[in-house]
Order: sequence, then C-alpha cells, then structure tokens
Amino acid sequence: MKKIYLDYNATTPVHPEVLDAMLPYFKDFYGNPSSVHSFGQETRKAVEDAREKIAKFLGAENPSEIVFTSCGTESNNFAIKGTAFANKDKNCRIITSTIEHHSVIEPCEYLSKKFGVDVTYLPVDKYGIVNPDDVKKSITEKTVLISIMYANNEVGTIQPIEEIAKIAKEKSITFHTDAVQVVGKIPFNVKKTGIDLLSLSGHKFYAPKGSGVLYVRKGTKLHPLFHGGSHEKNRRAGTENVPYIVGLAKALEIAHRDMDKESKRILALRQKLEKGILEKIKYTQINGHPEKRIYNTSNISFNYIEGEGILMSLDLEGFAASTGSACTSGTLEPSHVLSAMGVPPEKAQGSVRFSLGHYTTEKDIDKLLEILPKIVERLRSMSPLWEDRIKSIKNAK
Amino acid sequence: MQYSSKVMEHFNNPRNVGEIADADGVGNVGNPVCGDIMRLYIKVKDGIIVDAKFKTFGCGAAIATSSMVTEMVKGKSVDEALKISNRAVAEALGGLPPVKMHCSVLAEEALRAAVDDYYKNHPEQKPK
Repeated sequence: MKKIYLDYNATTPVHPEVLDAMLPYFKDFYGNPSSVHSFGQETRKAVEDAREKIAKFLGAENPSEIVFTSCGTESNNFAIKGTAFANKDKNCRIITSTIEHHSVIEPCEYLSKKFGVDVTYLPVDKYGIVNPDDVKKSITEKTVLISIMYANNEVGTIQPIEEIAKIAKEKSITFHTDAVQVVGKIPFNVKKTGIDLLSLSGHKFYAPKGSGVLYVRKGTKLHPLFHGGSHEKNRRAGTENVPYIVGLAKALEIAHRDMDKESKRILALRQKLEKGILEKIKYTQINGHPEKRIYNTSNISFNYIEGEGILMSLDLEGFAASTGSACTSGTLEPSHVLSAMGVPPEKAQGSVRFSLGHYTTEKDIDKLLEILPKIVERLRSMSPLWEDRIKSIKNAK
Repeated sequence: MQYSSKVMEHFNNPRNVGEIADADGVGNVGNPVCGDIMRLYIKVKDGIIVDAKFKTFGCGAAIATSSMVTEMVKGKSVDEALKISNRAVAEALGGLPPVKMHCSVLAEEALRAAVDDYYKNHPEQKPK
C-alpha cells in the first residue's frame, strides 16, 4: 500500500538537495566554528554564509540579526522570556492571542505564574483573526511585548501582521511573530513589515528537525536563555550545529527558488480537496479564513463524528493527517484554536487537518476523495449524534 | 500513541453497533467537550441480558470499549453485568494507553446507566 503523507504542518521530510549540502559537515568539515585553526575557519565560513543567505531571504538588514537556535519552540521561548527578562524592572505586560502555539502560550503562562508578568490573551473572530484595534486598546505603559503568530498551524489563517507591527512600532513596543508555518511558504520582509523578533523552524520547510532561527532586529532588548559562551554574539551559548545550519539555509534557498510554482500547484490541489469533500460529504465545514489562509492548510469539521476515528481509519488506508496540533494530540480537550474561533465542541472534536506539501500529487487527492466519504459514512453509522439527527428529521416529517 | 491489536480489531470491526427499538434500558453518558458520547441499549429477559447494542461518538478507544462492553454483558445476569469494571474492559482489549483509560470508565458508566434505566422501567426487578 502506498503511504500518503498529508501532515506537512507537523513536519516535512528533508529535501535531497538539503541533505547533500549537509553531508560534508558531519565527517569532512567538523571543526568547531569557534576554533582558531583551519578546521574551525572552514565551518565558521559555512555558518556565516548560511547566516547571510537567511538574512537575505527574510529581508533582514544585517546577517548578525539572525540567531541560530535548535527549533521553533526554543525561538518562541527565547523571544518571550528573553524580552520579559530584559524588561524585568518594568512590571512588564505582554499581549498575545488565544490561538498561539503552545510554545508561545506556555512561556507566557510560566512568566505570569512565576514572575507576575501580566499577560493579555486577545480573542479572535470566527476565522481566527486578531483585530488590530484590540491590540491597540490593550496596550498600557507597561506593555513590553506583543506576540502574534503570522499564520496559525491548525487552520492556516494569516494575521494582519503589518498592521499589528505598525501599532507596536508607534508605541515602541517589541513585536514578535511566530512565523513557523509561513517561512518558506510565502514571501515577506521583516524590515519592511516592522518585525522585531521572528521565530522559524527548519523542519517545516524540508530542513532537518532540530534547526531553528530567531531573527532579532538590531537594537531589540533581549536577554539570552543559554549562558556559557560567546556564541551568536552572546545571545545563544552553545556550539553551532553546523550541518543543520547549512541545511536550513539551503532549504530556505530552495523554498524561495520554487515558491511561485509550488504555491500555485499546492493551492490548486487544496482547492480540489476542499471542493471534493464539500461536494461528496454532507455536513462538513472548512475552518479558517476562506482567502487569508496559507495555501497548503485545510482544517475541516465532519459533523456528528470525532476526529481521531477518522485519523485511525485514514491511517489504515495509508493516509497521514492530524487533528489539531501534533504537540497536543495526547490531550482530550477540543482544540484551543477552534474553541477560540467559536467552533462548538462537538464540531471541534470532529475536525481534521490536512496539510499538503512538496510530494503531494493530484492522484493522492483523488484517492483521498474516494476513501474519505466511506470512512465518514461508517463512523456516522456508529454515532448517537447522527442517530438523533435522523430521528429528528423523521419526527419533523 | 499505540493501540493494542485488539483495540484496532474492535475499532475496525465493532460488534453490536446499532440500536434496540424495544430496549429495556438505555444508558446515555459523556459529552462532546471530553470528546466521547456513548449510548448503550440492553434487552433483558428473565434477569439475563439477552442483547446489547451501542452507538458511540468518540475516538478509536471509545468505539473499541463500547464494542467490548456489549460483548461482555451479553448472556450475563444484570447483577453479574454490574460487576464488570472499567479495568476488566480495558484488560479484555489488551490494555489502553493511559490517556485513553477514561474511555473504559465511560463504558462502565454507560452500562450502569443502562441498568439504572432498566430498573426505572421495570421497578419490580430492582433488588430489594
């Protein structure tokens, strides 16, 4: 049975060109970039070349604004705790949203529990969009950080980042955005947009897991989380992960090279997927904004049934998809993102996220559209909610 | 998270899915916030559960435990059926992941609710 992967928002496979670029740095060029000798000079050059490349693709003014981290979660923790610690004498306040990834929400909760930091969680509308006016109204003299994700991982909704960045800039407040689901998918420019801190994660765009970046605009007040060396200009101690840094830069280069073509191709596949599901399966809705949404993400509620049953049935047919975020699949509550969007619990529990990517083909979508209606029908035939619905229709007649 | 082969088998081929039109007891438990709703029907004759059916909205474990509990109660007296614990249901399925143990609890509760409903409909059968 051919396995079909439709969970690219969870992670992606390493691109073969990325792997080729990385391989020499495991065995042939292994020097510590901080060493003075030629072994160190070789890898230092590789790291700095990568930094320069990444700076260019993000639209950073200076390569020194790129700080390498181990993952998106570290970048988010670094941005949030680092800003709070750098402003600790201010009784600081943070503004964020209710639909952030847990690697933003939990550092915020930690800061408010352990350090008394005041955190405002802004609501979203039914599409999952934060209202910039709410951001403006929530600002006080103590606000030191506004952190709003660029696009949501579960539903794909893209936030009005430029407007929010502008508001932050007017008040001289640091603006952070978790851009993990956006980097490598849509072009943007940190400088023009007015972003101070931006998190990205390599494994979301065909670099290996364990590679990340925090973009730190020059002049942004930020304390390090790791101490123990002068690496990354005293911002992140620890020997640079040279092969992964090389891989991340290569992956970003490939993503930008192919972005135009890939984004159109994947959008067409997603449109086919959504149109097919809505036509073939009754009582389904697409969650997220119809247009302001990353082109590869489709979050769909199948009414009267629960998502895990759909995933398990899909898995038996070789398909990989997810409910909500892979990071929270061990919990029982409905997705915090869908709840914040006002999706009722039974519909939130029945949602599945399909996220498409580089290796998704039209054949894959055709096969999914053939199998999925049967899965939904079988699970509905077992559901008491479906039974009640049919009875209420009969009674109405 | 890994399910046992027995859970997968019951999820794929659940026993006793459906409703009993003239059921003697129906148990409804759970809510959509926790993600599971179970409805268990029982048919009782001379104090013996002669038939049991279920409808479940929920994850794979919820469907498998519903299926298993209907299998376990059939042929038992109402008294014996009430002795079936959530652990026994989970064990019969070759175990459940810790995060899914609540599904077996729900199955036990559904069974108790169905028996309560049976006694409500047939108060003369209720043990004094």
